[in-house]
Amino acid sequence: MKITMAHGSGGESTSALIKDVFSKYFKNEILDKLEDSAVVSGSSKIAVTTDSFVVTPLVFPGGDIGRLSVCGTVNDILMSGATPKYITCGAVLEEGLDIDLLDKIIASMAETAKEAGVIIVTGDTKVIENRGAEPGLIINTSGIGFIDETKESVGPYNLKDGDKLIITGNLGDHHAAILGCRMGIENNIKSDCAPLGDFVGKLKDADIRVHAMRDVTRGGLGTVLNEFASASCCNIELSEEALPVEPSVKEFCGLLGLDPMYMGNEGKAIISVHKDDAERALSLIKSAKYGENAAIIGEVIKNNKPDADNNVILNTKLGGKRIIGLMYGEGLPRIC
Amino acid sequence: MIGADINAIAEQLKNYDGEEVRIMEVCGTHTASISENGIPSMLSPKIKLISGPGCPVCVTVTAVIDKLVELSMREDTVVLTFGDLIRVKGTNKSLADAKADGAHVKMVYSPMETVTMAEKDPDHTYVFAAIGFETTAPVYANVLNEAVNKGLDNVKLLTSLKTMPQVIRWVVNNGGGIDGFIAPGHVAAITGSDIFKALSEELGLPFVVSGFEGEQLLLTIYALLRMKGNKGIKNLYKSVVTSEGNIKAKEMVDKYFEPSDASWRGMGKIQGSGLVLRKEYEKFDAGSRDLDEDHMPPGCSCASVLVGKIKPSDCPMFGKMCTPDNAHGACMVSTEGSCYNYFVSGRK
Amino acid sequence: MCVAIPGTVIALEGTKATVDFSGNKVNAEAGLVDVAVGDKVLVHAGCIIQKMDEQLAKETMDLFKEIEDLMV
Repeated sequence: MKITMAHGSGGESTSALIKDVFSKYFKNEILDKLEDSAVVSGSSKIAVTTDSFVVTPLVFPGGDIGRLSVCGTVNDILMSGATPKYITCGAVLEEGLDIDLLDKIIASMAETAKEAGVIIVTGDTKVIENRGAEPGLIINTSGIGFIDETKESVGPYNLKDGDKLIITGNLGDHHAAILGCRMGIENNIKSDCAPLGDFVGKLKDADIRVHAMRDVTRGGLGTVLNEFASASCCNIELSEEALPVEPSVKEFCGLLGLDPMYMGNEGKAIISVHKDDAERALSLIKSAKYGENAAIIGEVIKNNKPDADNNVILNTKLGGKRIIGLMYGEGLPRIC
Repeated sequence: MIGADINAIAEQLKNYDGEEVRIMEVCGTHTASISENGIPSMLSPKIKLISGPGCPVCVTVTAVIDKLVELSMREDTVVLTFGDLIRVKGTNKSLADAKADGAHVKMVYSPMETVTMAEKDPDHTYVFAAIGFETTAPVYANVLNEAVNKGLDNVKLLTSLKTMPQVIRWVVNNGGGIDGFIAPGHVAAITGSDIFKALSEELGLPFVVSGFEGEQLLLTIYALLRMKGNKGIKNLYKSVVTSEGNIKAKEMVDKYFEPSDASWRGMGKIQGSGLVLRKEYEKFDAGSRDLDEDHMPPGCSCASVLVGKIKPSDCPMFGKMCTPDNAHGACMVSTEGSCYNYFVSGRK
Repeated sequence: MCVAIPGTVIALEGTKATVDFSGNKVNAEAGLVDVAVGDKVLVHAGCIIQKMDEQLAKETMDLFKEIEDLMV
């Protein structure tokens, strides 16, 4: 069965689609009321985020657009120091989309939400005409998380002199998996898309002094670190040797002339922690889900002069120094 | 790879205190590797590395881009290109601009895809934007060979093919006092190291054929330092470069192409510095001859950068009006361009 | 542009080769070099442009000695 324009009419077909696919997997007390708005209990301070997902192919090694759409939003909430609670799901379906495929993606979304400890409280579907070859699917998710005001705030402006930077796993996996699919390069690279609540929670419970935290998505580590450096007016020094990159991903990058430093991930975070907590934080992350390849990759060097450049400097394996600038060059295909 | 010795070499390069040495790398892939490895930060200020005219995108004149744009707008034609070329502006438009206007432009990884696509779609002519040096010329010859074997007449090349020895000679005669050359390793894989031997004799300068790893480049720079003031050739990339090169590939190039004069961005026409399709294969040519016009944006110093007269950062537009996101000159567009590499790796 | 990276030929049919780059399998043209399965090769723009001599790749140590012997 395929999606037709009738599925977007608001009539019988729409109700059937919602009942047979979305409600079937998203079952929970709030959503099941099918009201115009979900009414939920809250906290005095909340984090709110939204993100749209347009990745092709819809299913890729290591994940699919459904899992991705939950992970992306949940991780954005986690990175602001909040605990994710609720998410929404807006789906724009293209005419001709296979309903079995949609079913699989929505099931994966529900499963990922369960893993991430969030509930999908409201949703919407629309159908649009087929715009090209392969019928597509676009998903938007918004998320709400609760902030514990007794904890120190985290943010890119908050890096401290001497902080250690921890990357929670290998760079570039998601990007390489998607590009590999698109370019027909056969390999075993899998997307890393995953909700990162486990190690974030462990760091919180252990009172690790986390100063800044960001998921490393589009633009890659190089882009995030430049944002850190300019928001906190500091230099960041990295060790090339310490950067974890899976050998097949590294070679994939070599083939296509890409730099893992600018490759997107969907299940990795870069965390700036107080230097005295770094080793403890590293072993907590390594013992948590999706953190086994974590590594300390660099440190923060506070700038004194207000007009100084805020640079990200890579100490290369060869023994040289290279400035990691913002990402320029080819607009790589969209990967999320 | 070379263990303790590389540290000894690195030390000597850092502490060098003799006469100033100016070393040119002519290959864009060397330029990129030098930046990625942070090599400039490892050298004494008396060792200057200068990026030469070895990025094919950077030396392509605007007439070639204009022709490609024109072809891509034809109803029955599809232009295929490597990614780097797509953003370079012609007189008015880049291929990316043309694409946004609905022209038929496709980015591909390998020129061989031209044959596959043309075979599947006989109603369109597939034109590959065949830019490059000696390394890539045999790949294009191979495309033609396949097209001939398969009897395809909807495969064409718009060529802007250039050769190294002639431009190196031109740079020495018109440039900024180069003491030695890092010879392009992958060009030499095809041509053989002998062509640089002849050039070294003629110009009285040392040439070292180098691989692309950081260690190999350090070793090459060190060798050139020791050879300064003398002619001579050293092949430090023996795993792929022989003295005679890839004979089969050279024969293939010879079969389809012949030497010609070629126009280089900002440098004008250099005698015998290019390759064009032989007369008997003219039907595969999408109109490559006499594409000489070259519109440099006002104020752009790409030409002086390409011959090593000035460093990218000496150009008044560098990093101000001209950045990778808003590139005026071709050297800032290509990821192998010297300006691009200076900019993104913070070289001054 | 002249980027070329080393891989290993894992399959060959006429002039169409499959080359492995640490787990990434790519189709490459083998019309410019005579190769056999197992050969280490250099691939540029989808074409094998040269065979690599692994033994020589390991002998960079000797290069160091050669350079030391160069005229100063």
